Amino acid sequence: MAQANNYNLDQRFDFTASVKKVIFILGGIGALLLVIGILSAALSGGHGAGEEGGHAFHWTKRLFANIWINNVYFTGIAIIGVFFFAIQYAAQAGWSTALLRIMISFGYWLPIAAVLMLATFFVANHDLFHWTHSYVFDKADPAYDRIIDGKGNFFYWPMEKGTFPIFYIVRMVVFFGFWVFFFNKLKSLSYEEDLQGGTSYWYTIRKWSAIFLVFFAVSSSISAWDWVMSIDTHWFSTLFGWYVFASWFVAGLSAITLVTIFLKDQGYLEMVNQNHIHDLGKFVFAFSIFWTYIWFSQFLLIYYANIPEESVYFIERLSSDVYGPYIFVNIVLNFVLPFLVLMTRDAKRHNIFLKLVCTLIILGHWIDFFLMVQPGTLGHNGGVGLMELGMLLVYGSAFAFVALSNLSKHNLIAKNHPMLEESYHHHI
Amino acid sequence: MERDKHFILGVFDDEDILLNAVREVRATGIRIHEVFSPYPVHGLDEELGYRRSRLPIAAFLFGLLGTTLALTMQFYMMKFDWPMIIGGKDHAAFPDFIPVTFELTVLLAAFGMVGVFMISSNLKPWGQPRIFDLRSTDDKHIMAIDVATNASVDMEKIKDALKSSGATEVNSKSFD
Repeated sequence: MAQANNYNLDQRFDFTASVKKVIFILGGIGALLLVIGILSAALSGGHGAGEEGGHAFHWTKRLFANIWINNVYFTGIAIIGVFFFAIQYAAQAGWSTALLRIMISFGYWLPIAAVLMLATFFVANHDLFHWTHSYVFDKADPAYDRIIDGKGNFFYWPMEKGTFPIFYIVRMVVFFGFWVFFFNKLKSLSYEEDLQGGTSYWYTIRKWSAIFLVFFAVSSSISAWDWVMSIDTHWFSTLFGWYVFASWFVAGLSAITLVTIFLKDQGYLEMVNQNHIHDLGKFVFAFSIFWTYIWFSQFLLIYYANIPEESVYFIERLSSDVYGPYIFVNIVLNFVLPFLVLMTRDAKRHNIFLKLVCTLIILGHWIDFFLMVQPGTLGHNGGVGLMELGMLLVYGSAFAFVALSNLSKHNLIAKNHPMLEESYHHHI
Repeated sequence: MERDKHFILGVFDDEDILLNAVREVRATGIRIHEVFSPYPVHGLDEELGYRRSRLPIAAFLFGLLGTTLALTMQFYMMKFDWPMIIGGKDHAAFPDFIPVTFELTVLLAAFGMVGVFMISSNLKPWGQPRIFDLRSTDDKHIMAIDVATNASVDMEKIKDALKSSGATEVNSKSFD
């Protein structure tokens, strides 16, 4: 027995120059597209008259909306890495032991995401969030908004409404603070286990995982209201937190699967076989359907009830020339494609199908967030152009660089994990 | 000698010994009729060289039937039989039909799959299951070898192969 020891458990991922080159080229193409996009927007009609409150539309607004989409999206993928790691411990799962380091490596993006998110909010709050304008809370102003005034305390308490959104900022800082704290705790315990061994680390990590999961259950929901739903300030949906979480989760699982397959292709992770890949494929398949279930639950209730204050969200999107088609792209990429392609056992056991589907899902859930953010911030001035593609590539390659370079600093496999042997014998 | 009537049974205590035995017995050219175990043994179906079950195909077809049935029923009711305007929507408002369609798809796929499984594995109500050795429901693994399909192999050779691969006892069993 103890066949897991036949493998080199101290193996590390070598972040070679050729891999770095690919990431830099992708990031470079992204940056180039971004610059071309900005230039073409700035030179041609970038100052077209908008309707919202008499503001003229400026290309920087589109840039900020783009940054915000990717901030929220990649924060989600990063926190899902930590979340899925914690789930393995809370569920006492053994099969995934060989994949734990991949999951936790995503968390390294969190501190960067926190800085980006806060900086973007301070620079671009008026461009992104209608509720940051003080005039909507001023009864004397013609643009006074009774509904936003009623929700004002959620952003401004205990300060006066329309001044400084202290409650909002504190929530953002606290969420990121605790997420980074839990990530640090989990990863350093896991690395210490490599050195010391024994089962006590497993119990300690499980305890911290359970606490993190309780915190994440609340914070993921509230962050979805704060960062995404408050863009459409009048509108609300009671399952929006779940909706954003589902979107994050599928994207995160796809990213974990892609990195696993990438490492396998490079010759690492000998312990991981098609059974592990199959299980990851099942997760992607199952949670794509979960996302669809949530998306459709939200849509059907609003469609069926036909209450104007709720329907406006879908009218803004479905009956818009800019966003209408993307609703269907969203459904096809995130439901039809994984549902049909990943249904059979063989597809989940062959890397080529998973590579294709996971890449398209990551693109598809970016479109999902695009559809959440842009209609409320840019209206008919939005769309998927060079700026959007470029920004996605820049963020994606930065994320990949951060995750992979930190992955290479420690062992790829948690070699003293008590369930390593179970993971080796995993068979489905 | 008739097929599916006379069997030689190997009784095994341990699943690891069983898996090895299956490999060894098959390597000698003896064809195994079936292995009965009290719980699912991982890797057993691969060692026995079974093809993938075709049950998912049945499930898919029953699911498709459910989808078709649900959509036809709702379109017929809501558009032709008794048109009603609900929530200001068109008579045939497609999104409204999805929940019922989903439920019927799942219901028919699940029931159909269970039914097909019951019939194909002789668990149907009018079926008479053959019991090779009652202890396979308790703590023993039973390997059944059909004498007729292995007519070219000597009986004693089969018994020796079972014993040498770790069977605790070797019995014979005949059905009428």
